[in-house]
Amino acid sequence: MARKISMKLAINEAIDQEMSRDPTVIMMGEDIVGGAGGEGEKDAWGGVLGVTKGLYAKHGDRLLDTPLSESAYIGAAIGAAACGMRPIAELMFIDFMGVCFDQIFNQAAKFRYMFGGKAETPVVIRAMVGAGFRAAAQHSQMLTPLFTHIPGLKVVCPSTPYDTKGLLIQSIRDNDPVIFCEHKNLYGFEGDVPEKSYTVPFGEASVVRDGKDVSIVAYGLMVHRALEAAALLAKEGIEAEVIDLRTLSPLDIDTVLESVEKTGRLVCVDEASPRCNIATDISAQVAMQAFGALKAQIEMVTPPHVPVPFSPALEDLYIPGGPQIADAARRTMKKGKT
Amino acid sequence: MADHPFPLSKDELLAAYRRMRTIREFEERLHIDFGRGDIPGFVHLYAGEEAAAVGIMLHLHDGDRIASTHRGHGHCIAKGVDVTAMMKEIYGKKGGSCEGKGGSMHIADLSKGMMGANGILGAGAPLACGAALAAKYRAKKGQPSDVAISFVGDGASNQGTFLESLNLAAVWDLPAIFVVENNGYAESTSRDYGTAVDSYVDRAAGFGLPGVTVDGTDFFAVYEAAGEVIRRAREGGGPSLLECKMVRFHGHFEGDAQTYRAKGELEDIRANRDCLSTFKAAITGAKVVTDAELQAIDHEVLGLIERAVTAAKAAPLPTAADLTTDVYVRY
Ligand SMILES: Cc1ncc(C[n+]2csc(CCOP(=O)(O)OP(=O)(O)O)c2C)c(N)n1
Ligand SMILES: [Mg+2]
Repeated sequence: MARKISMKLAINEAIDQEMSRDPTVIMMGEDIVGGAGGEGEKDAWGGVLGVTKGLYAKHGDRLLDTPLSESAYIGAAIGAAACGMRPIAELMFIDFMGVCFDQIFNQAAKFRYMFGGKAETPVVIRAMVGAGFRAAAQHSQMLTPLFTHIPGLKVVCPSTPYDTKGLLIQSIRDNDPVIFCEHKNLYGFEGDVPEKSYTVPFGEASVVRDGKDVSIVAYGLMVHRALEAAALLAKEGIEAEVIDLRTLSPLDIDTVLESVEKTGRLVCVDEASPRCNIATDISAQVAMQAFGALKAQIEMVTPPHVPVPFSPALEDLYIPGGPQIADAARRTMKKGKT
Repeated sequence: MADHPFPLSKDELLAAYRRMRTIREFEERLHIDFGRGDIPGFVHLYAGEEAAAVGIMLHLHDGDRIASTHRGHGHCIAKGVDVTAMMKEIYGKKGGSCEGKGGSMHIADLSKGMMGANGILGAGAPLACGAALAAKYRAKKGQPSDVAISFVGDGASNQGTFLESLNLAAVWDLPAIFVVENNGYAESTSRDYGTAVDSYVDRAAGFGLPGVTVDGTDFFAVYEAAGEVIRRAREGGGPSLLECKMVRFHGHFEGDAQTYRAKGELEDIRANRDCLSTFKAAITGAKVVTDAELQAIDHEVLGLIERAVTAAKAAPLPTAADLTTDVYVRY
């Protein structure tokens, strides 16, 4: 019988297995162990939401709690990666990348190219993304497009526990810097996850629902909203194909193009702010490469161009929902050629 | 001055007590209401640390600016932000200090010189440098200037932004004060693990700033030390660092099980390091105020907080029309 575990446990298990397999894997971050230097429980937190809880008992000092100095420790992880280690650095909330962005985009991302192909920087930077946690403007952003914009970085954002484990193991083994985005509202989401170690390759989107009428492209939490939309549409006889991008850089545009060649209609969904995001990128690429296949204009579903609001009443309106995605699909079904 | 050992008049002592009691009551009420599930999001309580906020803020007026932290409720109340507006904000309601858009971690009231609680550690320090710079430009020649105060936790005092700001303030000779609120922990991590140097006075010296350390649970110690560094800044004497050693009575945020604390630690600090009890004992012990006078204040504060909660619960939620406003002044 398949085993069901949460995304949170899938992350914990991936790190655990890689630390056991490869002694160069170390991990660092704020309170990833917890209780450091105090008189109470060690491993008191295991990260702010308990994701790394228990790893200290197994791997001891290979997990390092850090001072509250993201520039220094994210940079140190990058430096150690350039010198033979495979560090996993936890940034907690992706919003904090503003504090340490230079180390990520001017240093880690550029070593390989600037140094004429001679450097390898196998660092993984894990961070929570996304809204819906009532965590307000500075703890709720996606920011994924900021990273995909930068050559040299790989960007991952899984939607299921299975992909999370496989993609995280791939990220740790990968020899390039990886920004690993974990949607905080999916931590409790459960799914089948094999106990054994396995990888999910980068640059391969997954078709999570087959359909002939309209293609819906999403990633992270939005995959689940897209599936909700597909269920609504199915009741009306519209069969939506739902594509989970899984990795945003590299991007599997071929799977999207194939789907659009079949359906002729495209809805791009993104939880990131609407300007210059993943959805606009996909739209542009489809318009360039499969214009002839399109029967109607492309639809996009994103939050409005505003910071994430605190009030639950506003935040619930901010995050794109299944009904909104279904509406977009209906709009494209009504328009254009048949 | 008064015929008692304190540097404040009786009325001022009562006002200080009222501020501290208001913060305490506000936070203890939030603790209960959060536990009931009434309050969304992350809430970091200031209970236990009141003497620092109030001891410092009594020297300020609305033209002086403060840049706060994620643990900002105490700073807000001490700086005079309306308690009902704060409560509405924390409940995510219209009429809140930020119309429900900011929440606990982003309460601001610019009219009171409160530049915002902050979700990003260390982010307040450069902003305070900017406020101090503006104050310097604004000041009339030969007149005392407004000041800016940056609050920072012991943990966040290790952010580059904070350390760079110390240097910048010293280089530009800004009327800025950096208050390190040292409550011994950054989340679950002890201060001593995260900060290699023991003394913030030494650290300040390394940046060319005078520094002073006080028992932050002793209102009078804070009041006197703050008075001196603020006076110096006003008179053109430049920036300083003030460390307040303090205790926090609750978890890092609401929901924190606090297993990283030593056994009996919480009971001990509540029994022996409660800044409010210490203050109360001092002023009643010197027979400057009576228990009855303090109880009357307790009673009024309780009513104030109760009314704030009732108003917050009754206030309307923001609506779809509010979602897209306030992003720009004009777009
Ligand atoms: C740049 C940044 N890094 C990490 C965090 C997460 N965080 C919030 S509060 C906190 C601990 C702060 O400790 P301290 O500065 O001592 O303040 P205290 O909570 O004790 O008042 C951490 C790590 C954050 N909000 N911003
Ligand atoms: Mg602290």
